[in-house]
Amino acid sequence: MQHYNMNLTLKVWKQKNNKTKGGFETYPVKNVSSEMSFLEMFDVLNEQLVSEGKEPIAFDHDCREGICGMCSMVINGRAHGPWSQNTTCQLHMRAYKDGDTITVEPWRADAFPVIKDLVVDRTGFDRIIQAGGFISVNTGNAQDANALPIDKQKADESFAAASCIGCGACVAACPNASAMLFVSAKVSHLALLPQGDPERKSRAFNMVNQMDTEGFGSCTNIGACEAECPKGISLENIARLNREYIGSMMSGSSVEGTA
Amino acid sequence: MSWKNYFSTSIGKKLQMSLTGLFLITFLIVHCYINAQIFYNDGGVRFTEAAHFMGTNFLIRTVEIGLMAFLLLHIIQGLALWSRNKSRRTNRYAVNAGSATSPWYSRSMALLGTLILLFLIMHLSKFWAPNRFSQITGGGEKDLYHMMKEEFQTAWVVGVYIFGCISLGWHLVHGFYSAFQTLGLGTSKYKGLIKSVGVAFSIIVPLIFIAMPVAFFMNWIA
Repeated sequence: MQHYNMNLTLKVWKQKNNKTKGGFETYPVKNVSSEMSFLEMFDVLNEQLVSEGKEPIAFDHDCREGICGMCSMVINGRAHGPWSQNTTCQLHMRAYKDGDTITVEPWRADAFPVIKDLVVDRTGFDRIIQAGGFISVNTGNAQDANALPIDKQKADESFAAASCIGCGACVAACPNASAMLFVSAKVSHLALLPQGDPERKSRAFNMVNQMDTEGFGSCTNIGACEAECPKGISLENIARLNREYIGSMMSGSSVEGTA
Repeated sequence: MSWKNYFSTSIGKKLQMSLTGLFLITFLIVHCYINAQIFYNDGGVRFTEAAHFMGTNFLIRTVEIGLMAFLLLHIIQGLALWSRNKSRRTNRYAVNAGSATSPWYSRSMALLGTLILLFLIMHLSKFWAPNRFSQITGGGEKDLYHMMKEEFQTAWVVGVYIFGCISLGWHLVHGFYSAFQTLGLGTSKYKGLIKSVGVAFSIIVPLIFIAMPVAFFMNWIA
């Protein structure tokens, strides 16, 4: 593809912290290369802002190779921008043309309060994991990797679910701000493996309960999460989470505190 | 964990929506089958016979209480979910993805449901309520066939019925699939089947219902 430069207008959400009200600021960005990533374009803009003595825009980023899940931005209404199964850091400026206006907003959900500008607090996800996204293992030497036979298809499906990077795009895209796709990926990846068995009867309930406590919305099977997930996590995982939930509801113990 | 715990989480509430929704779907099949008796065009003989059975059979009348309870639960829980979900994003997006990531009807279930509810209030107060009232107060069953015939001579009434059935159709396109997905059946093995049967159901059943007032209005049936 032919390389080209472009001038853009950026409308970026600026917010001091979660106590203050935010608003959009407009920035012109000149001579942006089509080869740049979206975050590199932000680097150029921020350097420009610093040299002008203005405050740079705060945004989350880490690996910049599409695997850490930090680069949370809603770009023109789309979580991680217009490309499917892609993170913001892997979105390249060739997706845009000269003269475009791009609106950039943070993940918007009450369960993800804004820390500053485009940076949001996603520790709610950590607390959901703490509620059930773990397994019991014996300490000491690790056993032989092949000691537990695992069906190939199950291993593949578990791996596909485990590819969730916990970025929160599902929450950002969901009209209900629900975290069901995230929870379903985490439950699926353990439910499909024998290692996940000890906590199986309590995992789905505990994680869903924590999701509700964190203030995420509930799933109404709209499917915007699946469309926006950078890792292609499928709605089949939500179906599996529902089965896990119903399974523990039908067979679990009636004692409070246990499943 | 008790049943109450399980039915109180977001998945538990979703299960309530799914199970009551599936019950209402089976009700639609029965309602559609009974009312379609008018298409025999026999002056309402077969329809009246079927309506008499439905209106007087002890078992059916008992299930009717369940139907009303499930309908109310579906409405109340649906509105509660809508209001809770709406409050999960206080600061809304300036730019929305809209149809780029999801179909409009899947995002409009509460609106479509409310339209159906408004239609139902009108529909029940025209036929079901006066009939039951007359039965309870000793007046016996009403002549529902001739009540229909009379009601559906008015163009705006027929229009409201058509609009109500179209709302029902769109509500079902998402609701039918969604009910099975909630029960965990939305796997690659069943998803295609559920979606196609759902779409067919959402077109055929409302169309048969629409045909009823239209047939009376156009004097296709006497």
